[in-house]
This record gives sequence, C-alpha cells and structure tokens, in this order.
Amino acid sequence: MKLEDYELGGTHLRSSDFEKGKVLTTAWQPNLAYAWDNGVAIGRYLAELKEGRIVARVCHSCNRIMIPPRMFCELCFKPTDEWRYVKDTGTVNTFSVAHVNWDASRRGPKEPPLIPAVIEIDGASPGMGILHMLGGVSPNGITVGMRVEAVWKKPGERTGAITDILYFKPIRAAAAKSPRAAGKAKAGRKPAATRARSKR
Amino acid sequence: MVKRVAIVGIGTTGFRPVTPDVSFRELIFEAARKAYSDAGIEPSEIGGFVTAAEDFLEGYSIADEYCPDQIGAVLKPTQTIPGDFLHALATGYMMIMTGAFKTVAIEAHSKASNVKTIDDMMGFALDPVYNRPLRETPHAIAGLEMTRYMFETCTSSEQCAKVVVKNRGNAMRNPYAAFAAELTEKDVLGSEPVSLPLHRLDIAQHADGAVVAVLADDQTAQALGGTPIWIDGIGWCTDTPTLEMRDWGEAAYARIAAEMAYRMAGIANPRGLVDFAEICDEYSYKELQHMEALKFCNRGEAADMLESGATSLQGELPVNISGGALGVGHLFEASGAHKILELVEQLRGHAGARQIPDVNIGLAQVWRGVPTATGAVAILSNM
Repeated sequence: MKLEDYELGGTHLRSSDFEKGKVLTTAWQPNLAYAWDNGVAIGRYLAELKEGRIVARVCHSCNRIMIPPRMFCELCFKPTDEWRYVKDTGTVNTFSVAHVNWDASRRGPKEPPLIPAVIEIDGASPGMGILHMLGGVSPNGITVGMRVEAVWKKPGERTGAITDILYFKPIRAAAAKSPRAAGKAKAGRKPAATRARSKR
Repeated sequence: MVKRVAIVGIGTTGFRPVTPDVSFRELIFEAARKAYSDAGIEPSEIGGFVTAAEDFLEGYSIADEYCPDQIGAVLKPTQTIPGDFLHALATGYMMIMTGAFKTVAIEAHSKASNVKTIDDMMGFALDPVYNRPLRETPHAIAGLEMTRYMFETCTSSEQCAKVVVKNRGNAMRNPYAAFAAELTEKDVLGSEPVSLPLHRLDIAQHADGAVVAVLADDQTAQALGGTPIWIDGIGWCTDTPTLEMRDWGEAAYARIAAEMAYRMAGIANPRGLVDFAEICDEYSYKELQHMEALKFCNRGEAADMLESGATSLQGELPVNISGGALGVGHLFEASGAHKILELVEQLRGHAGARQIPDVNIGLAQVWRGVPTATGAVAILSNM
C-alpha cells in the first residue's frame, strides 16, 4: 500500500460551517466539585488570618521558619516543631504586572493592571513568604526589594482565607527603621532562593 | 548487574471513610515517613520517586507538580503515573533493573472524600459523543458486565453476595480496614438496587489513605538488612475502551496481565504455587471474574471455589484476607497499594490476627475501575 492509503480522509471545514449549524457538535458541562481538607498546618494558617495574624512553623533541625506553615519539613523529612507568629510586613521578592485576568480575558481600558507579587515576610526564613497582590502603588513605582505591609479586610468581613489580606501596599515613612529595609537588600545579598536551599 | 528487585520498606496511614483532620500532604507524609523508617533509609538517599495520581481525583490539573514535598522528593528525579500503584511499581521495577537507580520510592493515596461529585467524575470518563449523552450511571457499566459474566458462567447473585459477606467479614481482623462488617447474603441482596444485578452492598465504598513503598536492587536490599520481599513477576494490560466491542464476560485484561507476570515469575500452575492473593473486588462479581482470569480455577468455577471455602483464611488459596476493596475501601489509584501492603505484611509474617500460615508467594491484582478495562498483576515472594 502507498502511504496515502493509510489516510482516513475527512472534510475541510470553515468556521461559518459551524455557525450555520452544518456541523453537528456535542457539548458537556462537567459537574466537578471538591472540598479539600486543609489539615493541621493550613487549617491553623487560615484561622490565624481570620484573626489578622500570620503564623509560621519552625523546624528545629534546619532552623527554618516556614510560611505557608507545614507540619513536616520537606528537607529534613521529620515533623516540624513549633508555631511562631511572623509580621505582616515584608519585602518584594518578585512581581509581575498583569494586563489580563485569571481567565486570560483582557482587562478593560479603565481597569488598572493586577500586580501579583511574592513577598518575603519579616520573621520567616529568607525566601519564604506569601504570594499575594500589590495595591496602592503604580506599576512603575515597584521594585524588587521594596518594603510592603498587609492591608487587611475589616475583622467582621474576614472568612479565614488568603483573601482576608486585601493586598500589600508600600511602606513609606517607616521603611528606614526595618532591619530588612529595601536599601539593605541591594547590598550584595545572595538571591533569596539560593540562600534558602543552601541550608541543606 | 541487577538480578532482582525487592520491597525493602512500606508505610501506610491505614484507611478511613473520611480524613478531615489532615491534608493530603500530611496524610502522605505519615505513610512516607513510616516507609523510610521501615526501610532504614532517608529520602535524601533514595534515587528516584514514582507516584500514581489522576488530576480529576486531586481536584487540580498537573497534580504531579504537588507530589515532591510530602515524599521527600524535592529536587529529585520524580514522575507521576496516571495509573494504579501497580503501574508505578512496574515503573520503579524497570528503573532499578536499568542499573541507573539503586532505590526508588513508590507512592499512591486516596482523598476520595474530598471529591463531592464522584459519580459525575466517573461518568466524565465515558465517551462524550456516543456514550455520555445517554446519561447512564457509571455503575451501569459494571451492571452490564455482571449480567454477562453471570450468564456465561452460570453464577448467581446469591453467590456474588457471598463475596461481600466473606470480604467485609475478613476486614474485621484488619485494623487498617474502613468497612469491616458482619453481613449476611440477605443483607446484600436486600440492599437498594443500584444498577441490577448490582445492589448497593455489591459495590465497594470509597476510603482515604496513603501507602509508600521503597524498592531496592538485590545488593542494596541485602545491605539494608530486614526482610526483603522480592518482586518475582509483574504485568499490565489494557483492553479496547470501546464499550460496544469489549469482552463483557471475561476479564481479558487481567488474564493477559497475569500471563505476563506468571511468565516472568516462572509460574506454570498458579493454583499450586500461589499461596494467597489480594485481587480486585470493587464490585462483588469482580472477585470471581478475576479469579478465573488469574487461572485460579477454570471459567465458571470461581463461585464453587468460594462456596467450598477454598478462598477463606483457612482455605487452600485465601483471597482478599485483608477485606479487599469491599472491606478496606475503594482507594482509586491506591487500590494496588493496599494489596501490596497486605502481601508484604503476610510475607513478613506481620499480619497479626489475619496471618495466613506458611506463605511464600502472594499475588496482587488490580483493575482501574469503570469504565476501564485496564489491569495489572504483581507476584511477590519472601525467598
């Protein structure tokens, strides 16, 4: 047989053929619902967010203060040892300026871009923190190493979710007093990820 | 050169209908930590990791990205098989046989309690164009197969009900089991019809839990000490997915997977050589159909073998002494994991009240559930 003999054939279609109903289609809307168990670590993390606090777990073997908290250390592979509150301030590790929504639809001309950022939280080990959004700042004014603080929902409106923090906004006046101020971040420190992993 | 591969450590959480107290990460960590301690090895010393998981069960896509932390596999060679634990075991076996890995850890878990629309999710597995629009329950696939199996083998609903009574009764001796019960055939046949001839109690209920096993090559296994449990044979097979064309009476996927495993293990006469077996009973009739596919008896003789007591704890070929999926729980991807766990405990002589005396060779067999015709078989020995 020739190679062409193995081709199964078919009909070339245009989008207008679909629009005019010339092509038969089958649609299905899946009914999928999940309720994930938060477990011990994330359960407490969310309960503390509802109270306006951020809690971490400490591993006594590698001495890392981990956020989001976890009941086991993935590097030492043993249970973590204690809870520790950390601050709701931190330093921007990285950020992006998103002109599209989560479903990839383009944001309207009057909608400001969304600014997701990874924020290294004060009191947690370097390189650990929260993935959240930045607010109260123009996209042009953001830099890696920028000092930020959480803007919380009002106590009565919190539900025990990561969205109990509305966003992080720049710390303006008090920045100089912090031990991990933006200026220090530029003073030749190793990148955060390298530092976190060099613990092993 | 690697001659054999052994299971050198195993750990589990046990199985429960719900596990609201722990996340899937915390659940798996417990099984992994126990497995590594059992093997006398730290995850940092393990060469590679294979997990078995399915995105729709986890509730997010690319679920394999979420597996490293809780098994100690961060920045290690890791992969996820969208199949049963036994498929992951086969992958780990092959990795070690290449000589490139001395040790591989295998993981599977179930958090079925977190899936709130399990029947819809199973129905989503049907062909969207020419099967799904009929909106039949996925259990109907098993009902269709049960009817044809009973027709071809002259097996009765009463005999299928005896599988449920045996296995849930066996689970009474298994502290890991979620659904131990003392039932009668009348209870099974009197339970609500689901998709006849299937009644509610013919169908295994879902459970949560995790299992991790550590594999090693022969030299590493001997060096670690302990009681290595050897993988003597392994096989897997999938029939056509086309419901209109498949063999509804015989579990051909199980027969061919078993032939592959028997050939590798050098077993010509399974009934004479296999001491005990943990096989898929996610629906009651499946245990009987699978016994025939595994050549424990001729076609149509499985029910007689069950009724003679040959597959009970005291019988010549005990089947599903753990309680099977009916007694332990339906664990999705971890179905094969609980069977391997039972084999290892029995072959080590650690099975407590349900220990079968003088066992050397055990067989584990799984089926991927409706609507699949996929199965795998593993043969383990302690010598």
